[in-house]
Amino acid sequence: MASLKELKNRIASVKSTQKITKAMQMVAAAKLRKAQDAAERSRPYSDRMAAVIANLAGSMTGSGDAPQLLVGNGQEETHLLIVATADRGLCGGFNGNIVRAAREEIVRLTRAGKTVKIYSIGKKGYDALSRLYGDKIVKRISLKEEKVITAGIAQRIGAEVTEMFENGEFDVAKLIYSQFENVMTQVPQVKTLIPAMAAIPDGEDEAPMGPDLNGAIYTYEPDEAGILKVLLPRNLNTQIFAALLENVAGEMGSKMTAMDNATRNAGDMIDKLSLQFNRTRQAQITSELIEIISGAEAL
Amino acid sequence: MAEKLHFSLVSPARELYSGAVDQVDVPGTEGDFGVLPDHAPLMAAIRTGLLGVYHEGVESFYFVQGGFADVTPAGLTVLAEKAMPLGDVDLPGIEAEIERIEKKMHELEGDAALSAAQDVEGLKTVAAIL
Repeated sequence: MASLKELKNRIASVKSTQKITKAMQMVAAAKLRKAQDAAERSRPYSDRMAAVIANLAGSMTGSGDAPQLLVGNGQEETHLLIVATADRGLCGGFNGNIVRAAREEIVRLTRAGKTVKIYSIGKKGYDALSRLYGDKIVKRISLKEEKVITAGIAQRIGAEVTEMFENGEFDVAKLIYSQFENVMTQVPQVKTLIPAMAAIPDGEDEAPMGPDLNGAIYTYEPDEAGILKVLLPRNLNTQIFAALLENVAGEMGSKMTAMDNATRNAGDMIDKLSLQFNRTRQAQITSELIEIISGAEAL
Repeated sequence: MAEKLHFSLVSPARELYSGAVDQVDVPGTEGDFGVLPDHAPLMAAIRTGLLGVYHEGVESFYFVQGGFADVTPAGLTVLAEKAMPLGDVDLPGIEAEIERIEKKMHELEGDAALSAAQDVEGLKTVAAIL
């Protein structure tokens, strides 16, 4: 059995751990509120953007000169997976879930005989994926230095991806991130970015379709192709931006839950150790008493 | 004129305006245009400049940079890369932006040069008002 001193030390150390997890939980909770606001504020933009694209795509299909970002380049040999994870750990299964989704996608694609390339955003995803698929990672960035996710960051990533596409480095781009549902649930998502067409739901779905024009015909200024040429790269940036914001909110939510659990576990541990400490102390006192009493009796 | 135009201005960061208005003046790449209630469906790219919102005799201006205006029977939606109320625009920032683009401009050709020129023009207009 552990000595009194050892127990005392352990209790002290668990207590300080509990203080840390408690502080982390509160920090995460404060950040979560901000991140959640940001994610929710960005939704109208990306939703509208999707509606506008669906709208335009409807009128562009069939015409031969549809841009490649919209309809793809006719092949689907090389897939670029943009895996967005957090830069910090200690947030429960958040990063693990995204990485698992990425791994499943990689396995599925390699089985189908496709080439896979990985663009890794965030340190944790890179750490996990580099062990198995280090040779597939073509690019990695970390957002650790960025205090807030701005549209500029997404723009930079979007521009890079567009350039890679134009250089023919891949045929299909998919974005893997975690959609923030609420504090308890974040759902890993695999979303096709290029061709943008694939992301548009079929007409039978209830998902956003082009608005009802009452039979009127859209006027385009400049023409459809001109608009799409600017709109599609922007859409890419917007999707990436939205995903990054969802990720931050998800990371904070997940961290909050994880740290809450850790704090509670530490509490349980302290209770258990204190009980053991008290018992040991009691046993020691009892045995000392017995020694004294039996010593007195022997006289 | 009882009928109102439903107008919303959204940027990636947030929704700046959403509500019924009388008229909106949008800076399009092919020229400015005003949108009144019951406008025909239109999709237009917008350039850097000022977007005017008219509502019950009051006009308010927003600085917008890049994006799209989408007119449907349901109303007007402006998706702007960057958007802020004119009052929030800071002059030094705009001047720095003008300088940055002008420096870069002679390296550009064709469409890119044209849109850069348009940017500078729009920024200068804004700077002049401030």
